[in-house]
Amino acid sequence: MLDVLTGFIGELRAAGLPVSLTESIDAAEAVHHIPLEDREALKYALAATLVKSSAHWKAFETAFEVYFSMRGPQYDITDDDLPDAARTGDGQDDDAARGEGRGPGGGGGDGLSPEELAEMLFRALLSAHDAQVAALARQAVSRFAGMEPGRPVGGTYYLYRTLRNLDLDRVLERLMQSARAEAPDGTLTPLEERLARDEFKARLDRLRRELEDEIRRRLVADRGTEALARSLRKPLPEEIDFMHATRDELASLRRAIHPLTRKLAVRLARKRRHGRKGPLDFRSTMRHSLSTGGVPVDPKFRYPRPAKPEIIVIADISGSVASFARFTLHLVHAISSQFSKVRSFVFIDGIDEVTRFFENVDDVADAVHRINTEADVVWVDGHSDYGHALSVFWERWGEEITPRTSVLLLGDARNNYHASQAWVIQEIRHRARHVYWLNPEPRAYWGTGDSILGEYAVYCDDVFECRNLRQLEHFVTELA
Amino acid sequence: MSPGGDREGGADGQLGSAGMLGFPDPGPPLFSSVTEVRERLAEVGYLADDGIAGVVHLADRLAKPVLVEGPAGTGKTELAKSVARVTGSRLIRLQCYEGLDESKALYEWNYKKQLLRIQAQRVVDDDGSAPGSGSSTDRRGAEGEMSSWRDLEEDIFSEEFLLTRPLLEAIRSADPVVLLVDEVDRVELETEALLLEVLSEYQVSIPELGTIRAQQIPLVFLTSNNTRELSEALKRRCLYLHLDYPSLERERDIVLARVPGVTEELADQIARIVRSLRTLELKKYPSVSETLDWARTLVVLGVESIDAEQAKATLHVLLKYRSDLERAAKELAVAGEDRA
Repeated sequence: MLDVLTGFIGELRAAGLPVSLTESIDAAEAVHHIPLEDREALKYALAATLVKSSAHWKAFETAFEVYFSMRGPQYDITDDDLPDAARTGDGQDDDAARGEGRGPGGGGGDGLSPEELAEMLFRALLSAHDAQVAALARQAVSRFAGMEPGRPVGGTYYLYRTLRNLDLDRVLERLMQSARAEAPDGTLTPLEERLARDEFKARLDRLRRELEDEIRRRLVADRGTEALARSLRKPLPEEIDFMHATRDELASLRRAIHPLTRKLAVRLARKRRHGRKGPLDFRSTMRHSLSTGGVPVDPKFRYPRPAKPEIIVIADISGSVASFARFTLHLVHAISSQFSKVRSFVFIDGIDEVTRFFENVDDVADAVHRINTEADVVWVDGHSDYGHALSVFWERWGEEITPRTSVLLLGDARNNYHASQAWVIQEIRHRARHVYWLNPEPRAYWGTGDSILGEYAVYCDDVFECRNLRQLEHFVTELA
Repeated sequence: MSPGGDREGGADGQLGSAGMLGFPDPGPPLFSSVTEVRERLAEVGYLADDGIAGVVHLADRLAKPVLVEGPAGTGKTELAKSVARVTGSRLIRLQCYEGLDESKALYEWNYKKQLLRIQAQRVVDDDGSAPGSGSSTDRRGAEGEMSSWRDLEEDIFSEEFLLTRPLLEAIRSADPVVLLVDEVDRVELETEALLLEVLSEYQVSIPELGTIRAQQIPLVFLTSNNTRELSEALKRRCLYLHLDYPSLERERDIVLARVPGVTEELADQIARIVRSLRTLELKKYPSVSETLDWARTLVVLGVESIDAEQAKATLHVLLKYRSDLERAAKELAVAGEDRA
């Protein structure tokens, strides 16, 4: 047990979770206090001792499923030993099994045709029969996923194949229809319809999870724990690279950014109030000295009220760096209460002010979305032209930069070999308080190819690499 | 090293070896199994899921504090209260806020009383000095003054002049205690350090008095709304429990358990509508306490099954932002086809 635990903790650390020595000792001790045969209890015991942030839960869960999955011959990748599968050696070669190179006898379920399987699944989902859904999920995987021993593809590939064959969207529609048919007058009110749909979606999600689990179990049996854990390892939300995020990762970034803005706002507000001590507040000191008989024992100080900085964000939103710009705009505007003024400009080869999109909106995400569709940023061909955008900016808005303004430039400075017009940055630097450049590219790529960051960088106060939420958060904290 | 790290596993091993470490006697475990935790919590109307019951059970066995984190209104504080009720312990609550300091959390010397004591001593000395000075030499008088000063010092820094604050009180209590440190994320990072000694060693060091050890190990719950990251040092000492919005079934059961007069059908409908609302993109999701408020509202209004109109009319109990209300009303009315 201890060996498994050590391996498991090693995996958590490799996935980026900070697990200390004390915590691993706690985990080992906690394991003594729970019945080992209870897998759920083990999971919660380990989670309570090892995972100290809800953002890390997903990574923990994945690792747990891999390390403490059911083992044994019945979970072999080719389900020859599935206890409930009646070996009828069905000869029918359905779509999924065809061409997968299976040995004879390996392609079976228990003699169900795909239609029958789909029908049973539908019934089980309709009656919310969990055990049956789980059993059918197992069947569906062995039938549709076409898993092969030793094939180095990820679980998502098998999951995709299974789901494609099951066609859950159609199942959902059928479920909805039968729900409608069951209603007394044959139709559902919009509210009922909505609730029924959400209910079925929840059931389908459960099915999807069952499928994932099943596939993972088989992969563990095939490839061994460590290898699989390594291939399933995903970056934590705060470490996802902006430039190479997949759609799912972008979604998890969006979810992560909301609590982050809240935290940042609280932290910045606090930093503003504390940390520095103001001058002596004579009146307050005297008033408080009354309780000590007029002796000013406890000097009171004025609260410092440092000026809030003004921010101008100038962001490149051309394809390659668009998502980075979006997240930064989102973050800066979400905490705009911490700044006296925030103005944003976006450009590709033309430049446009987008501050208006953020005015009087509740939902910053909406505003960011509108920028993409409504801002007028294309001048000639829609390829980044920093030089032109910057010189237009200087012409039209340069006057408005004051010594209280901090200017943030976002982009990779890949200028498609246009003129750099770096003098604009120099001029801005003269007027503004600070000029910072944030680049979502790894530092090693700066100045390679058509990146002319070096030409701009000499006029900036500082240039930061800003590839993930953690770096972005760090920068914003420093800024305010 | 964790305080419990050296102890042998199992309930039987606890008593002997724990005593040898100079670690307070943890006493017999409060619960015998996870199931028991669950059942007894259910008796006082707190429906725990496996995770919650498991962590409470572990906290009892490992004698470690529990850090409960999660969105507002998911029953974090209620958990501590319920555990106190179940175990018949006294609940001591420390509400955290910005600017909380030692004198509010741990202890404070009652300086007014100390001043009085010194004044009183002076009166006694003045009275006593007249007959005393006649019978003794000057040298002895000086010595006597010194010793009376020492007496006085010892006296005014004794427990009589100590004002105990929640943390110290929890430690000194002889009866079982549940200590609730509420909203620990509100204190500054530096103040968190105050908690560390109490949480890991169950003792409080007072320079003038020495170290006060716990008579018994209090069951400690810290709650956090996650407005800032807590320090690693604090997290390391705690078991972590993330309380999220409950599952459909659990929410329905909670409504049934906490709202008198609600029918099973209505509870089910409520739970389902709330779940649907939580799938929308809202500024603030309805919490469990708001679900309960809503259920009570509906019961008072005599609603037996909710239709869209009634839902719309009472949604303001669940949702507190105008934009959320508008969005929810719109979504509930048009079904979910466009989202499919």
